[in-house]
Amino acid sequence: MLGSEILFQCLKAEGTKKIFGYPGGAIMPVFDALYDHDDDFDTILVRHEQGAIHAAQGYARVSGEVGVVIVTSGPGATNVITGIADANIDSTPLVVITGQVATGALGTDAFQETDFIGMTLPITKWNYQINRPEDIEWAVARAFYLAKSGRPGPVVLDFPKNAQIHEAPFTEYKPCNFIRSYQPVPAINPDRVWEAVNLINTAQRPFIIGGQGIILGHAEQEFKDFVEKTGAPFGVTLLGLSSVPSDMPHFLGMIGMHGSIVANKLQQQADLIVVIGCRLADRVTGPVNQYAPLAKIVHIDIDPSELGKNVKADVAICGDCKEVLSKMLPHLYKNNFDSWIHGFDFYQNVEQEKVVNPEVHPAEGPLHMGEVIDKVAEVSKGEAIVVTDVGQNQMFAARYARFNGTTRSFLSSGGLGTMGFCLPAAIGAKIAAPEREVVAFVGDGGIQMTIEELGSIMQEGTAVKIVIFDNTWLGNVRQWQELFFAKRYSYTKMVSPDYLKLADAYGIQARRITERSEVDAAVREMYAAQGPFVLHVCVEEDSMVYPMVPPGQPIDHILLNRSEKI
Amino acid sequence: MEIKDKKTANLPLWTLTVFTENNVGLLNQIAIIFTRRNINIWSLSVSSSSIEGVHKFTITCHASEDMIKKIVLQIEKRIDVLKAFYYSDDEIIYQEIALYKVQTDALLNDIQFEQLIRKYNCRILEINSTFAVLEKTGHCDETIALYNDLERYGVLQYVRSGRVSVTKSTHEQVSDFLEEQELRRRQIEEKQ
Repeated sequence: MLGSEILFQCLKAEGTKKIFGYPGGAIMPVFDALYDHDDDFDTILVRHEQGAIHAAQGYARVSGEVGVVIVTSGPGATNVITGIADANIDSTPLVVITGQVATGALGTDAFQETDFIGMTLPITKWNYQINRPEDIEWAVARAFYLAKSGRPGPVVLDFPKNAQIHEAPFTEYKPCNFIRSYQPVPAINPDRVWEAVNLINTAQRPFIIGGQGIILGHAEQEFKDFVEKTGAPFGVTLLGLSSVPSDMPHFLGMIGMHGSIVANKLQQQADLIVVIGCRLADRVTGPVNQYAPLAKIVHIDIDPSELGKNVKADVAICGDCKEVLSKMLPHLYKNNFDSWIHGFDFYQNVEQEKVVNPEVHPAEGPLHMGEVIDKVAEVSKGEAIVVTDVGQNQMFAARYARFNGTTRSFLSSGGLGTMGFCLPAAIGAKIAAPEREVVAFVGDGGIQMTIEELGSIMQEGTAVKIVIFDNTWLGNVRQWQELFFAKRYSYTKMVSPDYLKLADAYGIQARRITERSEVDAAVREMYAAQGPFVLHVCVEEDSMVYPMVPPGQPIDHILLNRSEKI
Repeated sequence: MEIKDKKTANLPLWTLTVFTENNVGLLNQIAIIFTRRNINIWSLSVSSSSIEGVHKFTITCHASEDMIKKIVLQIEKRIDVLKAFYYSDDEIIYQEIALYKVQTDALLNDIQFEQLIRKYNCRILEINSTFAVLEKTGHCDETIALYNDLERYGVLQYVRSGRVSVTKSTHEQVSDFLEEQELRRRQIEEKQ
């Protein structure tokens, strides 16, 4: 059997249904084989390879399956690098298959040759160059096993042309379930679990953080049981959003730089912080030497290298969080920390009055992003999948979108902060869950980075709802320039095309709103639309995301607006 | 003559032992973990180990213990790496080898030459009418001391190997990991 055909037999056996790709010279034999697999795979032809990889990320994060990307060598491959780095830092399972010049031509600077293995070494969980058709099955099996097991991540398979066009025997696909040098799920040390249980049971002022590990580890129910039983207040990270319903008791929302005031204040006063499936990145902790000064830290993560990487843990438990939480649950006291929580009601009120109300319920002036996101949350009843870009749109969406408890409903580029992520990721999300509504919140900067994917939406008829927040600035950079660079707005003013004409050119319905009175009807129209829809929202120019912990400050130093801090 | 990285010169020296599968590209995978953190690899040697099919990297570098712990975890995270360990000098037996090329004339005309050879217990590997090659195994300070003493003859060429080391434990520490993994493999097989 031809190498290129073996590849698809393997993908089929792995249960791959969707392929995001773009053909080109060195991958042509593979696309030629794909021609005969119309019934096995839906192949989404994107407009730029970056679109393919972000779409695959969106698909993987909503479906929980491995996202598969097939692109050519050289520029096709280098165009997916951003998405690979994004998937690596955000632990998204991907298998990226890149064409490569024939083995004999490697190292000769042949046409469209790049050292893709070398380039992707630091941003993949594993990568491998398949130099012989006999190795395809082994490599694909390993790639899928590695991408999805343990802490998930992207895997690159570099596929030289000779291995595609030569034959090898292929009979029955054997998935991989063991690699000698790899321990996907470390054994849990029961002593550590006991130590953690004791700390939790004796804590006076506990706080719990849930990260994306809750979602990746399918531990949503265990996490809910855990927070309910302990009675402790809790928050989630940006990527932990949608793992629990937004209205859960004691849930204080997102933590971190633009997180809820009360959640950040509580951490600085807490005597115990339990961190579950979260990297404790700088956007969450602020300066680590000033983070949670009074607290003992219990850190649970499946990746041993995360434990103690940023914040030293008093009790570090390495293991699958679903398993760890299940082991702890029966030994935890049912507890109540209402007085500890209510001691912070003041901050809740301040946030509502000084931050939320002015953003979500402004009486006059230009439109705000927050009020539109709030309206979408109302109209969607918290059932939509929310996809964001990066910047102010992202933070406002994280703060004001609501989730009814269906997990995997919030997609955002967290660790890498990739502008341009939103539109293609939304396509992938919709393809993963065609029965659900997918709403993409994107700024005028981010949409123009991957706007070519409107073409993919047109071709596939992908019914994503795209809300473009247009403040005519790169809003988040502008915010930092205003606050920290003496209002020197260096190259952040941005002109947009006419999005209605653009949408029209792509055959996509669109509407523009500039007035508060139009929001309700426009959001309802968008939500009810059968196909894709672009809602161009002209918002205030000098939008600012608050609350904000200024960079370099401890997380209880919080700006409320232009003149007040708390 | 030793030029140390200014930033890390005052930090302790660690010896890392990294056990890996014998695959293409591992050196690169391990090296970039140091590069990314701006840590200079002080010496490096690669060889097979006493376990068949398992390769062994011996790396030395200056770093804080906190940093070296993190580096070890990052190295172990690489899929093809079996296990990594770090040691301070008192936990291992280690050795380096250095070669020195000097002009034969200069050596023969010096009456202290014999004393020098005795003092350092070094070997002469080659001697001909133009040059002689001396070999010294030992710790870094010993090989450098010989270099300094030979300098008066003019050292034509000098090279020192990376450190090699063995632990004071009775077996390769990676074998515990391999046993655990073998057990896990059997369990997975039985389940099917």
